[in-house]
This record gives sequence, C-alpha cells and structure tokens, in this order.
Amino acid sequence: MAKGKVTINEDICKGCGLCVSVCPKQVLELSKTKINASGYNPAEAVNDECIACTSCAKMCPDCAITVERF
Amino acid sequence: MAVVFEKTKALTDLKMHYCPGCAHGIVHRLLAECLEESGDVKDAIVAVPVGCAVFANKYFNFDGIQCAHGRAPATATGVKRVQKDKIVITYQGDGDLASIGTCEIVHAAARGEKITTIFINNGIYGMTGGQMAPTTLPGMKATTAKNGRDPAVNGFPLRVSEMLATLDGPAYIERVSVSTPAQVTQAKKAIQKALEIQKKGLGFTFIEVVSSCPTNWGMTPVKAMEFVREKMIPYYPLGVYKDITAEGGK
Repeated sequence: MAKGKVTINEDICKGCGLCVSVCPKQVLELSKTKINASGYNPAEAVNDECIACTSCAKMCPDCAITVERF
Repeated sequence: MAVVFEKTKALTDLKMHYCPGCAHGIVHRLLAECLEESGDVKDAIVAVPVGCAVFANKYFNFDGIQCAHGRAPATATGVKRVQKDKIVITYQGDGDLASIGTCEIVHAAARGEKITTIFINNGIYGMTGGQMAPTTLPGMKATTAKNGRDPAVNGFPLRVSEMLATLDGPAYIERVSVSTPAQVTQAKKAIQKALEIQKKGLGFTFIEVVSSCPTNWGMTPVKAMEFVREKMIPYYPLGVYKDITAEGGK
C-alpha cells in the first residue's frame, strides 16, 4: 500500500536521473517511451511503493517533483 | 492527502538553463526556500556572478543585480550599506569568487560586511567550457590541463573556507555539499543559519557548497555526485570553519 505519491513535471524534467539514484524504494525510472519538448526522457513512477520520503524532490535540480503523503 | 514537497514560491516558473543534473538548481531552491520560510522574500537582494549562474536573478522571485565578474561582494557591500534592513546575498561560482574575485571576497570578509555569500565550488569553469579553475583538484583534467592539474606547474587548489576562517571579520563559515539528500538538508540548515546571523548584524557569513559539473567533468550526473563524495569532499572537508555564535566562538 502506497504511503505517498510523486508527480513529475515532465515538461521541465531534464532526465538527469539524480532522483532515480536516491529513491530508497526504486519507484522512479527514466522513461523509455516518453520524450519531452527539450528532448529529454523524463523520470516517471513505475510502481506504488512511494513512502513520501521526499529524497527525490530534494535532489531534483529543476524542482520538477511534487510529493504527497496519504 | 497532504502535499509534503512542492516548488517554492520564491522561485519563478522560468525553466532553468542549467545542464541536466547541475547542482545550481538545488542550491537556488535551498536559498529560495530559506527566504520563503523566514518571510524575507520581499526584503532579499541577490548579487549574481558571471559564470553559469549569470541569469540566476531571473529564477529568484526577489530582487537581483548582475555584477561584474568577481565583484559581487563589492556590489553587495554597497547595497547593504545603504539598505541595512535588506537581506543581501551574493551567489558566486569558483571561477568568479576564487579567481578573478579573490580580492573582493577576501576584503569583504575582512571588513566583516554584513552580507551572506553562497560559493559554489565545482572545481572547474563551467560556462566557458571546462577550463582549470583555482579549485581544480590535483590530477583532475580540464581543457587547459589536458593531462590533469600538475601542482608543480599549476600550483595547488585554494581552500577558500579555511582561508577566510583565519580572518576576524567573518561570523559564520561552513562548507556543505549537495551530493545526497542528507547533505541537501544540512546545506539548507547552513544557509538558514547564515541568513539569521546576517539579520542579527553579527558579521560576514559564508557558505561554500561542494558541487558538481557533469558536463565539463565528462560524467553522468549520478557519477558526478559520486565523484563529489569520493574525490572532492576528501580535499574540501565539510564542516563549520567559523561560528562566533557557538559557545567559546569557534
């Protein structure tokens, strides 16, 4: 049961992958199918294990992540 | 459902021009969050450098001045002396602060100007394409040091926090990093403390952020953060170098 939810602003994500590297639950991955207007593969949530720890959002250089807790 | 993290209102909605994984964005956010949380957004003035952060004032939702190369501490000195009730911050990189601007930062610190400097140390010139900076590590490659920095030819890197901590003017000096979420939290606390000390008028405050430059280091953003932890931090140890508010005044 998910305790949290991450929402990625895909338009401003630059696909740097810092959020992916720090997620303790491997919730995030860089998309293999989506590409944004700047040509980057944005991060996306691939499972519902999020615990709302906000580690991803703290590392995001572009403030592209919003985290909610249930 | 409660929102536990969202973009601070002290940043504009403009998309940042920085390369993917550049830590400038993290530090911009920390400064903006600190000012928003203390309610000082309308009273803040940031003096921005020449370098990658040259457009930083477009991303902050508060006043900014774009300064001549390395001269942000001199500009900030003038601003603070005529607007004593404002929070005046300089935001500078290592090419700006530790090279062309060494004179200005040393003397602003020595005078104990009541400003806060945020110093981004990533050991390279970013905007101009990866030339060797005063902070480039021995052995680290740059476009002007093809085989890596050789201290016998190029001299040794500057440790700016340690250097400034020998002066009497600074009230608070801390070196932090942003290579892990825990370090980001610590960096925010350091900036908060520096801004509080500035508000109390106790003296010059200086926060050095050991940062990365994935593009010019030729690494992925994640590898660059590993390099920060494994190579940069051993040469530039994190910690508080001066704190006159601590017991005994370190």
